[in-house]
Amino acid sequence: MSYSITEPSSRQKKVAGSLVILYAFITLVPLFWVFMTGFKTPPDSISYPPKILFTPSMEGYVNLFTTRTRVSPERLQQLPPPANFAEEIVRNRNMVIVGPSKYGERFLNSVIIGFGSTFLSIFLGTLAAYGFSRFKVPFKDDLLFFILSTRMMPPIAVAIPIFLMYRKLGLSDTHVGMILLYTAVNISLAVWLLKGFMDEIPLEYEEAALIDGYTRFQAFYKVVLPQAATGIASTAIFCLIFAWNEYAFAVLLTSGTAQTAPPFIPTIIGVGGLDWPAMAAGATIFLLPVLIFTVMLRKHLLRGITFGAVRK
Amino acid sequence: MSLDPVEQVARATPVTVAKKIRGLSDRAIAWIFVGPTILLLLAINIFPLIWTINLSFTNYKANRPNRPVEYVGLRNYERILNDSDIWLNMQATAHFLVWTIVFQVLIGFTLAWLINKKFKGNDLWTTIIVLPMMLSPAVVGNFWTFFYQPQIGLFNYVVGFFTGADPSSFEMLGSVDLAPWAIVIVDTWMWTPFVMLICLAGLRSIPNYIYEAAAIDRASKWRQFWTITLPMVLPFLMLAVLFRGIENFKMFDLVVQLTGGGPGSTTELASINLKREAFEKWRTGYSSAFAIILFVTVFGLASIYVKALNKVKER
Repeated sequence: MSYSITEPSSRQKKVAGSLVILYAFITLVPLFWVFMTGFKTPPDSISYPPKILFTPSMEGYVNLFTTRTRVSPERLQQLPPPANFAEEIVRNRNMVIVGPSKYGERFLNSVIIGFGSTFLSIFLGTLAAYGFSRFKVPFKDDLLFFILSTRMMPPIAVAIPIFLMYRKLGLSDTHVGMILLYTAVNISLAVWLLKGFMDEIPLEYEEAALIDGYTRFQAFYKVVLPQAATGIASTAIFCLIFAWNEYAFAVLLTSGTAQTAPPFIPTIIGVGGLDWPAMAAGATIFLLPVLIFTVMLRKHLLRGITFGAVRK
Repeated sequence: MSLDPVEQVARATPVTVAKKIRGLSDRAIAWIFVGPTILLLLAINIFPLIWTINLSFTNYKANRPNRPVEYVGLRNYERILNDSDIWLNMQATAHFLVWTIVFQVLIGFTLAWLINKKFKGNDLWTTIIVLPMMLSPAVVGNFWTFFYQPQIGLFNYVVGFFTGADPSSFEMLGSVDLAPWAIVIVDTWMWTPFVMLICLAGLRSIPNYIYEAAAIDRASKWRQFWTITLPMVLPFLMLAVLFRGIENFKMFDLVVQLTGGGPGSTTELASINLKREAFEKWRTGYSSAFAIILFVTVFGLASIYVKALNKVKER
């Protein structure tokens, strides 16, 4: 290895490394704590001093997915023996399971709306990005800026007329309504990111295809799309994460059928006092996919969060 | 003048036939590609915006759709600008905005600078540090209320452990003095990595030969930092501040989950008040005017800032 006067000394590296690792540990404590709380019993979760060592329990997860009702100890004695571990946990608290909770439904709504809007944003965004990247569109810069400026509106400000509009069209609290809305919000990100990725594909490939007798559309989906695949995939993950995390529109425009998980998770605590383990379990299940996606995205992360303004 | 064969054929072909062969013109194709997106944005962004502007001149109440709507001119705007509560919201928003940016820039830049020392495994640790900012703000706000519980909360326990204070002696979310800082702490925890990532890109964009030249000229490390590192990272840093500024000006989800605007209205940011006016008090006309004022403010401040940013870039 060649010696360089700008290379930090090994002692400097060690100090820098330890400080960064220290910060990383501090920043991870809250996430780790939520994860642990999901496996505590309710009394353990509120003990003082906070318990680091505890006997793991599935009570939080059982409570998250079920609704329960209190019964008298005499009544409990008459019941047949518990059929599974969940019933056993619940009966230890003098309760019986009466049905599933709404968490499953809300989670499914998040999946449907997240994937639906991601698919639509990517479909429309890819077309628009290609148009902006390859053709002379009149007022191109203005249009691109207009697309970006839609992101500067506070979501509540947009929500007022959308609320009225959806009420009139019957789109309130429907999957279609939420998918359309999240698509409209995500499309600015999709167009800007995808345009950046497409600008990087050399024009010569398409020219060659056109000369070989391909039409514009054939050149687009046989030459450009495969080249842009990685860019499209990472843009899709960004759109998915946004739709997954969104709260303001969801809390204002949905209440039942189409409600996603973020407005629902905070209401879990309300059920039966302070059920922190169930809330932590709900948060863990909900946050885990995003953590995995983030690790997958790490190479394109910077580009995604800056709308393509900074490329590594 | 000799033309290549393709051009000769092209010239010989009548225009109408040429059109049939080539199908659509490039401009038509461009609109097929771009059109659907523009249409969707017109329907779900521009049309609602125009509607909001229209509503802002009325006394419409969305919970009473059958009441006759009156146009009241600029009265909504006048009332907002004279409303002392709104100015309190703006102060709360400014406090939140300024302090989150100060902390995130200081910590974020330091982290980026340390990571840029290229110690072993820096990529792995960068990815780990980045995790909080990708999470759902509402869910993050929700579980931080757990950490901020007096007595049982992890945050209170840790502060008590290091300072010797009684963990149940202070309430981060319940006290008028502490609540504005409680929301700043969570936002900083969540978004410092964002500033860090952008600064890191800036630091990595500085070519090594500049430092080599400076070292040969015997410029001290301190001087190198102030004359090379900082000026060259500045455009990146300013971009990070722009993004955080816009995001935190519209901040809603995280803070609504943490404090709901309380205690009193100490953490009632502009968006939280807007939600209250629009969807709890149902003063649709009034809140539309407020929404327009907020939008114009963000847009105006952002445009001025972008101009400054471009000037820094040109230097």
